[in-house]
Amino acid sequence: MSDKKYLIQNFVPVTASELLGKVQDLKADGYRLGQACCTKLGDGFEIMYSFDKDHELLNLKMAVGEGQEVESISNIIWHAFIYENEMHDLFGISFGNSALDYGGHFFKVAEPTPWNPKNEERKAEQNG
Amino acid sequence: MSYITKSPWIIHYDGSSCNGCDIEVLACLTPMYDVERFGIINTGNPKHADIFLVTGSINEQNKEVVRQIYEQMPSPKVVVAVGICANSGGIFKECYNILGGVDKVIPVDVYVPGCAARPEAIIDGVVKGLSVLAEKRSAKATVAPDAAAAAEPDELEVPVEPGEANGADKGGA
Amino acid sequence: MGKRTIIPFGPQHPVLPEPIHLDLVIEDETVVEAIPSIGFIHRGLEKLVEKKEYTEMVYVIERICGICSFGHGWGYCAAVEGLMNVEVPERAEYLRTIWHELSRIHSHLLWLGLMADAFGFESLFMHCWRLRETVLDIFEKTTGGRVIFSVCKLGGVRKDVDNETLAGIVSDLNKMKAGLKEVTDVFISDQSVKNRTLGVGVLTKEKAMEFGAVGPVARASGVLQDIRLTGKGVYEELGFEPVMDTRGDCYARTSVRIREVFQSIDLIAAAAEKIPDGDIAVAVKGNPDGEFILRMEQPRGEAFYYAKGSGSKFLDRMRVRTPTNQNIPALVQMLQGADLADVPVLVLTIDPCISCTER
Repeated sequence: MSDKKYLIQNFVPVTASELLGKVQDLKADGYRLGQACCTKLGDGFEIMYSFDKDHELLNLKMAVGEGQEVESISNIIWHAFIYENEMHDLFGISFGNSALDYGGHFFKVAEPTPWNPKNEERKAEQNG
Repeated sequence: MSYITKSPWIIHYDGSSCNGCDIEVLACLTPMYDVERFGIINTGNPKHADIFLVTGSINEQNKEVVRQIYEQMPSPKVVVAVGICANSGGIFKECYNILGGVDKVIPVDVYVPGCAARPEAIIDGVVKGLSVLAEKRSAKATVAPDAAAAAEPDELEVPVEPGEANGADKGGA
Repeated sequence: MGKRTIIPFGPQHPVLPEPIHLDLVIEDETVVEAIPSIGFIHRGLEKLVEKKEYTEMVYVIERICGICSFGHGWGYCAAVEGLMNVEVPERAEYLRTIWHELSRIHSHLLWLGLMADAFGFESLFMHCWRLRETVLDIFEKTTGGRVIFSVCKLGGVRKDVDNETLAGIVSDLNKMKAGLKEVTDVFISDQSVKNRTLGVGVLTKEKAMEFGAVGPVARASGVLQDIRLTGKGVYEELGFEPVMDTRGDCYARTSVRIREVFQSIDLIAAAAEKIPDGDIAVAVKGNPDGEFILRMEQPRGEAFYYAKGSGSKFLDRMRVRTPTNQNIPALVQMLQGADLADVPVLVLTIDPCISCTER
């Protein structure tokens, strides 16, 4: 069982300043961006970019603080715009230099940035 | 007059459903269930439709779309909510983007339960909708006989032969 | 050069079973740009992990999509099982593989029908959907449901299928092959069908890789990518080889999917022969702690499942990335320079599943 490729869990931490260079290297190496997603972590967020080569996954993880602007990777990998706009609309993360920025009109939701902890504080204030 | 009540045309819109009910609605049209034998045709144009089949629940983005389709349909019209999501929100009721069942934005006449609703249940729902349609039609005729007669003169029905209108619809699509 | 006009396509459109919206910028009859926008079916179900326990969440994840419902359930279960180091009994893995391949047959037949409808061949649509009912009957017989069956649970499967029934399923599927062959001939050889698909919406291998296309869309362009090769399920034991094509047009994508239907039937037959006896589930104890990322090959392509827990009954994060999400950029690329009349065929050719995309 242990030699099966799907069991390989490869998580690599990166910093915001390394991200673009790292993505550039991976692209040159023949990696394909599989997905990007965001997770709420205490008072900040964690963005994960998953790359695939020969059916093996490499996941870059980057910690992002509340209100911190992230450099967009969509100028290197164009189809990242889908994930970046999604993260912007659901988590309220802003991306700089995006190749295709919907300006918050990609996902239309009942409440703005439902995944953002600040949003819940706002709601609690309203209810209390 | 009578053939309209017997041969309703339906329009289907997918709210925020999981597709399960949608493919069952489509399955109703195909040879196994074949609702066309009752004269029921799925049309893409709200202006040709008598019955509005909605699957899935209502969210912020699609509530205007559902309302617009409903308003474009000629009166009398019947709304059938297919599947538990369209009834009440179902398993997704607690999701942040879900407002609830279809009855939050438009009046619903028939509720078809199920997850996913079975084709038999959907056909039953449409047949139930037929009697509601007939009731609405006669109610309209008794309330304002002059207005009703003006709104739906018998001559109007002549050009709307099912086959003809169907051909025109397909050409446009 | 003509005047530029913007034509809105969808959300309610006769060719679309599901709502997606495209703004098509056209010059004369040619599309110069297509701008997609989504969110009509967004439910936000990933956030339900905060309200539903990890054992209940499988029912929610199954309802991401009614077409590949079993695959989503399996993907979620496999991710959580990986997180909790649960070893699933072999018979359960075989049964999951069989149901997953049955889902692929039903999904591809559904797509073939919709594709036929998109180019206006209604009787072909009816034929495909008539054949599909065979698979739905098998689902009903083995799981009790036609589209959503909740038969996959953490640690295994809920229902066993005895070997006699499995043999019956294989013979039913083999009987279906004659009908399938008839339909295939129309898609592959009929001139009027070829006129609508051959050379339409070409996606070269380079473009497919650049825009990260997945599933049959990538394989039809000659990109070797099939997550069934990563060892999940029992595909290795069944001698699985991905179906490939090189043309990259609508015709190739149709042909890949048709060949996958036949391949799935053979995989099911092989699995029914090799399936070992034994338990169908193990008990799952404790709470998930840690993180696990896993991919599955859905009928539409690669899907991601990322689960993260911190020792409580509720997961911290459940992320699902579905294949259509990844194919939309490729679609936007294919639409540029296409004829307006080909737009419905092109939109359908990626086999869009909007419920999946928006979750």
